[in-house]
Amino acid sequence: MSSANEGSINVGPAAPIGGRVNYRHTLLVRITHWINAICFALLLMSGLQIFNAYPALNWGARSDFDKPLLAMGARQESDGSVKGVTTIFGKSFTTTGILGASRDESGQLAERGFPSWITIPSYQDLATGRRWHFFFAWLLVLNGAVYVANLFARRHLKDFLPSGRDLRSIPASIWEHARLRFPKGDEALHYNVLQKLAYLSVIVALPILVLAGLTMSPAIDATFPWLLSLFGGRQSARTIHFIAAFYLVGFVVVHVVMVLLSGFLNNMISMITGRYAIEEERHEA
Amino acid sequence: MKREAILSRRQILTRVALGGAALGLAGCDRLSNARQSRSVLEAAENLTRTAQRALLAPREALAPEYGPADLSPGFKPNGSVDPDDPDYVKARDEHFVNWKLDVGGLVDKPMQLSLADLRQLPARAQITRHDCVEGWSFIGKWKGAPLGPILNSAGLKPSARYIAFYCADTLEQTLDGTGRYYETIDLVDAFHPQTILAYEMNDQPLLVANGAPLRLRVERQLGYKMAKYVMRIEAIETFDKMGRGRGGFWEDRGYEWYAGI
Repeated sequence: MSSANEGSINVGPAAPIGGRVNYRHTLLVRITHWINAICFALLLMSGLQIFNAYPALNWGARSDFDKPLLAMGARQESDGSVKGVTTIFGKSFTTTGILGASRDESGQLAERGFPSWITIPSYQDLATGRRWHFFFAWLLVLNGAVYVANLFARRHLKDFLPSGRDLRSIPASIWEHARLRFPKGDEALHYNVLQKLAYLSVIVALPILVLAGLTMSPAIDATFPWLLSLFGGRQSARTIHFIAAFYLVGFVVVHVVMVLLSGFLNNMISMITGRYAIEEERHEA
Repeated sequence: MKREAILSRRQILTRVALGGAALGLAGCDRLSNARQSRSVLEAAENLTRTAQRALLAPREALAPEYGPADLSPGFKPNGSVDPDDPDYVKARDEHFVNWKLDVGGLVDKPMQLSLADLRQLPARAQITRHDCVEGWSFIGKWKGAPLGPILNSAGLKPSARYIAFYCADTLEQTLDGTGRYYETIDLVDAFHPQTILAYEMNDQPLLVANGAPLRLRVERQLGYKMAKYVMRIEAIETFDKMGRGRGGFWEDRGYEWYAGI
């Protein structure tokens, strides 16, 4: 997440020839961005550790072990080999090595929801996974609160709200992205409509993720039973928590790919120092 | 030439990133085990408990109760399902007719209550959701004697801060006896109206797999707080000397003492 800043400033020697440097991200946005990135990575990995303790998803208030929406498990074949199986809406897929069964430290295929290279700790340890998860959940929420307070105080939310003109330009913007053509010059100062929608969806998805997570707390449910109505029960909340997490994984993948494709160093420098070099539109003969 | 240079720079960057990720993962495992970083991570538990107790949850807020249509088919037993400790086996074989619950510790009047005594006390029945720390939930109907009035009639001494539950089951074989199940809760939960000593589940006497003759229900916390096979209740000032000193069987094995989330 970031916020566009209007004012361009000239920075003598660092400016590229024929280009400008724009002060794009404030210090607060840069710091909260990187704290958010670290929290998200650690929360995802410790979250998958927690998921592995009961590698299935249900809908409603309670768990229906016979009819999960999604389940991961291992199956012993007649020849003695172990097969990882993922079942989604009753359809089973072989996912050996990644989901359901993957290799442990000794290289043996063992029953596991998600593999050890993507969980914290790498070995099965629900108690420690929860410690990591709740610590960084607090950090994520406090960091997010600072970010959102700044977003409203400095009226930056409008940077992410698409205008009617923006919405009409969605097809054109998709076509531009598909050809990997990125805005240059003054256009690069503002988010395009797809960026706006993507960042806006994260600003919406993160609170949903946090609320769905809180709905899994029996103490929270006693005080705020409406959360259960909102998400359709504790097990639904767990499923929504999972889906929202993977929505954000999808966002991060696209975000990182876009950062790489649209000028990796310039983007990285702008998120570290705040300074973003504007490449002028070149008119080639 | 330039292209090659860029590629190799990309390769370097990729390798640095992959190496960093691998180091990071190993680092997470090491941090998970180091005592100092563990205590940093555990600070979140205090924050959660303080926030849930002081800022959010009114002390009397009831856990949601469900209707008969919401009941789970059966109830998944977890942890010990058939304790083989000799005293328990004997009591079980006698259908618990000679079994008595001990109430002692920091109380004015220690008591012994048979199942018949407990059944004569005012009862509370509730259909509630049981949330396991693993993530699954079951809904069951519980009937039992609220704990608060029992503690009141025993008369807590002013120094009492926690209620400890000593159980019949040994969940892990250990040389020092710390594998015996036990739990502790504070007085906020002990006097909560839904905190009951349950002797019935789904309108039937409690099954051995579900904790017969008596189990604890603490509806605003996770399943591992709800000790099964409760033999003795003690009012205590601190749980430092019990088990491995963290206030419960699973707490001794790294789980949070406050299991409200």
